[in-house]
Amino acid sequence: MKSMRYVVPLLFFIALVALLLKGLGQDPKEVPSPLVGKQAPAFTAQQLHVPEKQFSAADLKGQVWVLNVWASWCFSCRAEHELVTRMAREHGITVVGLNYKDEPADAKAWLQQFGNPYVTSVMDQQGDIGIEYGVYGVPESFIIDKAGVIRRKVIGPINDSPDEKPQNSVEELLAFMNKLEAEE
Amino acid sequence: MNRVLYQLPLTLLLLVFATPLLAGIETYTFETPEQERVYKKLTEELRCLVCQNQNIAGSNAELAQDLRKKAYEQVKQGKSEDEVVDWMVDRYGDFVLYRPPVKATTMFLWVGPLLFLLIAFVVLWRIGRARRSQPSEADSVDEQSLEQARQMLENKLEKKES
Repeated sequence: MKSMRYVVPLLFFIALVALLLKGLGQDPKEVPSPLVGKQAPAFTAQQLHVPEKQFSAADLKGQVWVLNVWASWCFSCRAEHELVTRMAREHGITVVGLNYKDEPADAKAWLQQFGNPYVTSVMDQQGDIGIEYGVYGVPESFIIDKAGVIRRKVIGPINDSPDEKPQNSVEELLAFMNKLEAEE
Repeated sequence: MNRVLYQLPLTLLLLVFATPLLAGIETYTFETPEQERVYKKLTEELRCLVCQNQNIAGSNAELAQDLRKKAYEQVKQGKSEDEVVDWMVDRYGDFVLYRPPVKATTMFLWVGPLLFLLIAFVVLWRIGRARRSQPSEADSVDEQSLEQARQMLENKLEKKES
């Protein structure tokens, strides 16, 4: 019985260390979005290349699609751009760009230089649509299902390296979208 | 005198370029003092998600500016503090609040410190009780060593007297 005097605090200590270690492993910059599982906020906005035409999120009802938030001033967007392009071109994913707080001329030049994987990019110069989607850094991507519900939010660049965030890996995202595609 | 002559205009010139004057902090005007109070309270209690250890009142990040603007617009429309907070939480989650709400997932956060305090008191009380019920060392000195001590003392006294 006497030995219990040491065992109990020790167990307590171990539990505390485990809890703190788990906390250390979490990325504080990754803020879980309350929008996952909810209807994607509706928006209508001017398209980057055809400003006279509006795009509305409702236009894509019935499709699995990705809303990719990007900007020409965003350095990490360049890093993920190749992967976004691969998703669109090789896997036929519908990707809509949300051109966040950008100058249209800069944005167009950027797409010309690095290639344009988007079915369309819509302009959000004031960042209002961004706020509706809870965007707090670029790049971010939202995976939206056939019913128009946000099923996942990808914070930070999409990657294809096993050393980086596994939840942002392009393989994982493609597999996830395949699953969504199979849903009714 | 000579020095002052060129230092003074130089100082004034530098003042013109002082950053506070250039730092375009938005100035908002309110219709009622109550609105201003609500706005101030909101911006102090909402966290900036870009620089996470600052509230949106203190942060100069673009997002903080935008959220300040949104808060201002809503307050001006006559929305209550809770309505604006809900609006922010709907988009950014509980993380925007410096004061987390009391609910199932945050229960440990709120009750945890009290729980630990309680545990500490129980441990303290038990240690105290154990101490009291245990015979102290003075009581357990046996007769033999007492006798020894008495003799040692007496010897010392005798030596002094002689």
